[in-house]
Formats: sequence, C-alpha cells, structure tokens
Amino acid sequence: MYGELRLSKRYPCKLSVSVRRGEVTRNIMMVKKNDFYCNKIILIAIGMSGLLLLSSCEFSVWNNPYSQNDVEQNVLYSVFSERPKHLDPVQSYSSSEIQFTAQIYEPPLQYHYLKRPFSLIPATATGLPTIEYLDENGNFLTDNDAVEKVAYSIYQISILPGILYQPHPAFAKDAQGHWLYHQLNEQEIAKISTPADFAQTGTRELTAEDYVYQIKRLAHPRLHSPIFELMADYIVGLREYAALLKQIDSSTLPDNYLDLRKHALSGVEIVDRHTYRIKIKGKYPQFVYWLAMPFFAPIPWEVDLLYSHPGLIKKNLTLDWYPVGTGPYMLTENNPNLRMVLEKNPNFHEERYPADGMPGDEEKGLLEDAGKKLPLIDKVIFTREKENIPRWNKFLQGYYDAAGIGSDSFDQAVQLTGQGEAVVTEEMAKQGIRLETTIAASTYYMGFNMLDPVVGDGGRDVKEREAARKLRQAIAIAVDYEEFISIFANGRGLAAHGPIAPGIIGHREGQAGMNPVVYDWVDGQPKRKSIEVAKKLLSEAGYPNGINQKNGAPLMLYYDVTARSADDKSKLDWMRKQFQKLNIQLIVRSTDYNRFQDKIRKGNAQIFEWGWNADYPDAENFLFLLYGPQRKVGNSGENAANYDNDEYNQLFEKMKNMNNGPQRQQIIDRMVDILRNDAPWLWGYHPKDFGLYHAWYQNVKPNRISNNTMKYFKIDGDLRQKKQREWNAPVIAPILVFSILLLAVSVPAITAFRRRERSATV
Amino acid sequence: MFDYVIRRIFYAIPILIGVNLITFVLFFVVNTPDDMARMQLGIKHVTPEAIEKWKSDKGYDKPLLFNEKEEIFGRKLTNTIFFEKSLAMFLFDFGQADDGRDIAQEMKSRMLPSLMVAIPVFFLGLVAYVSFALLMVFFRATYIDFWGVVVCIALMSISGLFYIISGQFLLGKLWHLVPISGYGNRVDIGKFLILPVMIGILSSAGSSTRWYRTIFLEEMNKDYVRTARAKGLSEYLVLFKHVLRNAMIPILTGAVAVVPLLFMGSLLIESFFGIPGLGSYTIDAINSQDFAVVRSMVFLGSMLYIVGLILTDISYTLADPRIRLN
Repeated sequence: MYGELRLSKRYPCKLSVSVRRGEVTRNIMMVKKNDFYCNKIILIAIGMSGLLLLSSCEFSVWNNPYSQNDVEQNVLYSVFSERPKHLDPVQSYSSSEIQFTAQIYEPPLQYHYLKRPFSLIPATATGLPTIEYLDENGNFLTDNDAVEKVAYSIYQISILPGILYQPHPAFAKDAQGHWLYHQLNEQEIAKISTPADFAQTGTRELTAEDYVYQIKRLAHPRLHSPIFELMADYIVGLREYAALLKQIDSSTLPDNYLDLRKHALSGVEIVDRHTYRIKIKGKYPQFVYWLAMPFFAPIPWEVDLLYSHPGLIKKNLTLDWYPVGTGPYMLTENNPNLRMVLEKNPNFHEERYPADGMPGDEEKGLLEDAGKKLPLIDKVIFTREKENIPRWNKFLQGYYDAAGIGSDSFDQAVQLTGQGEAVVTEEMAKQGIRLETTIAASTYYMGFNMLDPVVGDGGRDVKEREAARKLRQAIAIAVDYEEFISIFANGRGLAAHGPIAPGIIGHREGQAGMNPVVYDWVDGQPKRKSIEVAKKLLSEAGYPNGINQKNGAPLMLYYDVTARSADDKSKLDWMRKQFQKLNIQLIVRSTDYNRFQDKIRKGNAQIFEWGWNADYPDAENFLFLLYGPQRKVGNSGENAANYDNDEYNQLFEKMKNMNNGPQRQQIIDRMVDILRNDAPWLWGYHPKDFGLYHAWYQNVKPNRISNNTMKYFKIDGDLRQKKQREWNAPVIAPILVFSILLLAVSVPAITAFRRRERSATV
Repeated sequence: MFDYVIRRIFYAIPILIGVNLITFVLFFVVNTPDDMARMQLGIKHVTPEAIEKWKSDKGYDKPLLFNEKEEIFGRKLTNTIFFEKSLAMFLFDFGQADDGRDIAQEMKSRMLPSLMVAIPVFFLGLVAYVSFALLMVFFRATYIDFWGVVVCIALMSISGLFYIISGQFLLGKLWHLVPISGYGNRVDIGKFLILPVMIGILSSAGSSTRWYRTIFLEEMNKDYVRTARAKGLSEYLVLFKHVLRNAMIPILTGAVAVVPLLFMGSLLIESFFGIPGLGSYTIDAINSQDFAVVRSMVFLGSMLYIVGLILTDISYTLADPRIRLN
C-alpha cells in the first residue's frame, strides 16, 4: 500500500506510508524544513496513526476486561451487583450471598437439578434422612399414630465417608502433627493479607461433628443467624444453648475463641464419625428442606479457631469473609468491591451430572453430559457491575456469559410472537443468544391491612366485616393484573390466583387452580369478571358507585408505598385508574422504606404492596404468610396483612404437620378457597424470570430454589473466544478522523500564533 | 507559619465535632438503630429479639445523645451512641462496619483505586484547562475565542452522566477501543483508566476553562502586562512568564484545596466504571444505611478538606512572596 498526502501549498510536506506483511514503514520527506511546529504535529499524528495501524494488524481485541490467562481457561464470566455482606453460612441469607456460598458449602441434601417439581436428593449424605417420631415419654411412634401424639422428631443423617475439605491453612500441620497456624504471633500476622499468604495448606475428612458444630453456631452469641429464632422453636435445646453460650461468652475476653465442642447441645447428637441426629419438637416435615440450605452446611472447628484470631479479624480475615467448604468450588479471590473468583476445588468428591430429567430436557441438550464428573467449569469469575448499562453492553460484547433483561433493554432483546410466546429478537438470534424463562417461586401482592375498619376485619359487627370483604372482592376484580404485567413487567409474570406460586407443591393448574371470585372459566382459560360484577359487589358493600351510603361521602382509600422514581409514578397512576373504575379515590401515601416498614409493623397502613420469595418448594412456605399467629402487629411475624381466620389457622396447623399426599392437597385447596373468598390480598402476580444466554453457555435450567447449580454448567471457551474477537475488532477510523481534525484545527492556529509572534517582535 | 498551621489544626477540632454532630443527627433523623438492624438482618424472619441482640452487639442500644438513666452528668453525655461512636474517630479508629469489617482496612484498600483515577484527572485536567484558557486568551476576540467559549458553555450544560454513557457507548461499545467498565491489576490497569480519566477531564472542562480564562483576562488588562509588551516581549512570554505566574493565587485557591479530596474518589465515575474506590464505598454505605461507614467517610472528607485549605494557605506563600502567614 502506498499513499501520498500534501497538506498545503505553503508548507508542502510529502509523506508516504507503506504497509507490507503487517509492518508499517513510514517515509516522510519534508520539502520545507524550516517550519518546526508543522513538522512536529505531523510527526505526532503520523506516529499515532502508525501505532494504531500496527496494533490493529495484530487482530487483538482492546476492550477485553479480562486477563489473557482467564480468556484461555475454561471460565464462566458472571456478574454481581450487590456486595455480599456475609459469606458465613450461618449468617448469609440473601441471593447476592448464596450464589457464592451455595457453590462452596455442602449441606447434606440438595435439589435434583433437572426434575420438577423440585425433589430432594443427597449431597454429602448417603441418602435422605431417616425420620423417627417420639411421644412425650420418648416412645417411638409409627406412621399410623396420630400427629397430635408426636412430641419429637428425630432426623438421622449419614454422610459419605472420604469427603475432603478444600485445601486450607487451618488444616496444615507440621511433620510432628502440630497445627501450623492455630497460634499465630504478631510477626506472622503481619505477613498475612489473604489466606493465600499462608505457605502451607492441608485438608481433612468431613465428619458428622462438623455438621453438629454448625448447628451449634446458629446459637453463637457473636453471630446473627437469621434463622435462629425460627430454629429455636424447633431444635430441642437451641434456645437454652444460646443462653448458655451468651453467659460463657460474657465471662471470657471478647476476642477469645468460643470452642463449641466443649458445650453440648441437647437437640443434636453425634452417632458415629459419619452419622448425626437432630431432635426437633413436634412434627415439622418441612425441616428436611432446611437441610438443603447452607445454614446446615459443615464448619470445621479448625477454621473457626484460625479465623477467631483478633489479628486476622483486624485484617478482615474472617470466616464471614473467606468461606471454607467441601463443595465443587473454593473462593480464591475475594474482592467484593471488584471481583470474586471461584476455582475448582481439587479435593471435591465424586459427583456426576444427572442422567435423568424431565421430558424435553434431552431435546434441549440438558442430558448430553449425563454421567460426567462435576464440576464442568474450572473457574467462575464474578465481576461487580453496579450499573445496568455497562452490564448489558458487556454481555452483548460477549464478556458476560448471561444477562438478565432490564426494562430499558427489553425491546432490544425480546419480542412476542403471535401466540404471545416470548422469543429473542432477530438481532439477538444472530448473535446466537437464547432466552430461558422460568416462573419464580415468588409472589408480589397487594395486601389489605385486616385490622383496618374500612377494608379489613376491624369493623364493629359482622355486617361491617362482610361489607369490607365484598369491598376487597370488588377491588380484586377491578385491579387488572394481566394489564399490569403487560405494561409494567413486559409480560414477565403470571397473574396469581392464590398465594402459592406455580411449581410449588400444593399449587393447582388449570380450572382447579382458578380463583372463582375474580375469574370465570371461559373457552378453556380464566377470564377476569366484568367490572359490572365488581360494581355490584361494591354496592352490596354499601358503596354504590363509590359513594358511602351512610354519609354520602366518596370512598377514599389509602395506598402506602415506597415509590419514588418516575417509573413508579406511572404505576401509581395506573393503580389510581384501576380504583377509579369503581369510582374509588385512591390516595397514595409515599414514604421512605424505613417509615413504610414501620407502618406495616404497627398496622398503620391500609393498602400496601409486598412480596415473598420462597425458602423451599412447599405450600406451607406461602400459606404461613396468612397464618394468624404470624401477624406483624403484636407478633412480629411475616403476616403483613394481619389476617386471622380461625378455620384457616386450624387447617394450617394440620396441614403443616402432614406428609404430602391427596389428603394434604385437599386441605391446601380448602385453605386457598378460604383465602380467595376473604381476599386479604389482591393476589398480584408471580414473576417470570427471563434470562439471556450466549450460545457457548450450556446445561442451563434456571430456577430460584436450588442455588448450587454452577457445577452443572458448561462453557465452550473456543466458541466464546472466536465470537469475542469477531464482535470486538477495534474501530480505529474515529481516532484517525479525530487526529486529522485536530491537525486541521491546529495548523491554522499555529500559523496565526507564528504570525502574531513575528508581528510582535518586529 | 508553623504557629499558624498549629492554630489552624486546633481550629479544626470544633469544626470536626460540629460536622460529626450534624452527620449524626441527619443520619438518625432518617434511620433509627432498629432500621439499621433490619437492614443488616434482612427482611425475613427478623424478630424483635434478633434486633435487640444486633443493637446490643453493635452498641446501638444506648440513647443517641443524652442518657437520662445515668446519674453522673458526665456519664449522661458519654454513655451515648454519639460519644462512643465519635470519640474514637479523632484517634483514627474508625471501628467496624455494620457487616463486621474493619473500616480502616477497607479504606486503605480502596484509596489506591480512587487515586488512580483522581490524580490523572486532576493533573492532566489542570494542564488542559489552563492551556485551553491561555489559548483562548491568546486569541481573544477572534473566532477561536468565540467558539472556545461556546464549546465551554456547551460542555458545562451537559450532565456528567451523559459524558459517561456517551463515552462508554462510543469508545467502549461502538468502537471497541477500551473496556466499557472494570478495573484491572497492575499490568493492565491502563486500559481501564483511559475512559474514566478522559470523562473526568471532559466533564469539568467547560467550567474550569472558563474560570481560568476569566482569571487570565483580568490579568491581561493590568499595567504590568502593558509594560511587558512595551518592553517588546513576545505574547508567548507575556502569557507564560507574567500572566500565568500572577494568576497563580486564584488557581491555587481552586486547585490545592481539592488535592486531599482526591482520596475520596468520585461517586458517579466509580459507580459506572466499576472502580472499587472510596466513592463507591460511600454510596454503598448510604444505600445499606451503614452509619459507621458514612460517619467515617464524612469525617475523613471534612478532615481532608481542612487539610486542603491549610495547604492552600501555605501554597500562597510559595506563589506570592508578599504573603506571610501569621
């Protein structure tokens, strides 16, 4: 290639640029050499251009945010927006934390990756726990005995022998078998910034004692386990144990290690090296689901001891910060402000990809890796990305392997077919991006405060309470959640017919699952009742056309929200419009989140929005949200609507102790019927998760119940690298154009400067 | 001068106490210790007992400013959240964040990323703004000056967020020249800093350039400039040797005072570019209602600002020999 450029007649600078086999050679012949400034600028511009050309000839990408080593490995690139607060399994609860802890810690049980509805399978256990029931006197009961007789349940769990912890300095010993790092001095502490700074690591076998140790940690006086109060109601002796530990802790120095092995907890027992028992009060079949959560993962005492050193705590080296487990991955880089890195645990025990799933899984390629040793990915890099825009753009460039869809990028990513099915747009399809959807085990609802005299059960007599019920039913018909989902959630949701989310044991599909108060079954699908039905109910409630029959005043209801943004304003306008259908004036009372929570706790709200993500896939985890003793007001429970119905309460108490089966389903159905009739909530909707995945990201079956799923994922690294190069070739033309523009502006300016200087010196 | 600096340091103590008190009051008007406990413990299964336990462990179970239960008057003031949480800060013991992590350690690790962006933005920006301002002054009353001012006003009128989004779109997404966001290790840190530094410089270019232009124009009309020209000095020498030097006092006023604040980082740039600096630390703390961190960051910011003002005073004596600090 050869080119020639003449800049001006006055200063004819001639330059030639030749490119041969990727090399750039420059020959610049300056015809008139006495203009220093002109020459210098041209040289700089040409130099820059040359460098850019050279760089572009290497075909490398410039915008890759990862190091070359990571690009070439079998790595999954993920993202997190919220900094985890706790990585100690006894304290962590939020989804931003569990995405890490679930890969590192192994509770005894886990959910089958592919089967639906969700079913529990062993993780480190040899099988599902054996459960024995005892009466008040300690006699064993049979399955045929009445539930009321059950005073205690004993869960016996046996774990697989030979499971090893990840390599860690807490296990390191010298040749004589002495612990290397259990008693560190100041000089040794000074050299340590991360666990990787310890020269030696070790491991040991997982034992039943480690599980028992963790259960004891639920009651640790220096830890704040979110499930302590809940478990203290079930695990025998846990509350007393907490009091004992508090007493012991208060009499020792604050930084001392509290050795839980020295203090027995009556409700747990080590049977042998690999077997332990948990004794709980009464019958609580849902307890088995908790055994699939990291709260019940093992903690080795050696690690707890090491991280109790005040010098390490001062350096933020704690168990809450550096988890240690037996899971498929271990945390090797922990900078929650920037990135977290999980790497394959070299000591991970034998676990294989499942060989069976649901119909359709095979066609989707989800069984291609059946029987392969897990995990399939060597490394997972989580990058912190707080803002949506860079996160979305980096996904499109191939630097994140998956992405959620924000409302601002929804139209770019997803389109609806004629049948209402969501598919990726052509642009996304061209990039090989696919869409995976799943109904979340969650519900977003609008609640009525049942203590309120207008909308709740706070009326003076039965007649007033009946009127309030009809008012709630009328509103339930008027607020069109199908429209809400379509406008504000881009169709990502299912209008709810009751509190139980789809996919959860106890949920009913089809006509059996329809809410007859709000819908009619028409042409094989539910159809919302007409507004006339709602108006009739409103009239029966004593508010014909929205006017209070007693005093002639228009009906005004109060809606307590935390909404602030512009998006929220349109939602609130829409909600006002829904109430306006019944000629009800909806007054929005917007407060900050703290005040809002305060109102709910004190029962000062009238109508409010709330939501719930299930802890485990059972109807009990939704139905307890309306159980009377769980009221917010007075009992500080999770029943934000303060709903309290005797029949419902009795059925709940019966249902929660029953094993799954037709009889239990019958009770659940009756409970849901009561709720639909009483309408303490507008049932709102169950959100639908939409996730976008690049073609190289495989074996994905999304869900929100099980979290230890990274071991099943697979990445085609070669395809990703090819696509990244293809999509991210640097475009250097703008730099050249900018350089030329700068030159074009600078030359006259410099000329003018020179002219002025000359004229000033004359 | 030494006496002056010592005196200023002593003046700083009541200012810092005042700032601390205002921060404390404003924070607790919005958030009660119960709110903070709920924020840390999560939404699910939070019982009053758990909240009390958290407050007791973190020292938030005491009265805010005045403890009526104490009998001795001194204890009425000292056995309070304000006193216990504030006193240690004057000894630079920031304590632990509500999530249990050591704040001083966290600040230490986040200071460098903040400085990696802030220092180039400050120095390159200063050079660029002064250079453009001098250029406009040199070509005053010409089309270059006119269009320069127009561009400055246009730059001032655009939100900082627009520069960030546009920069990420053009240089990162469209032209693939730099990573859209992120922060790297020592080897590849440069590619992550190009865009935030450019945007940092550009977002202040309009106002700063106009400010310096005004200063220089004011100096240009003074007698010594006319004398210099009368001596036959070139315009280049007049500008750089005389005008720039005499304009140093207002330049230092604006520039030196912010030097210590460079440690605090930029809230917006750090957040959008994923830079793990002190700016994003502050934002995170506000969002999570972590009073321990908010209080520490405000204290640090106030202290650095005072240090900046003292440094500005000292720099005056270096720039102008006529100034003495007494």
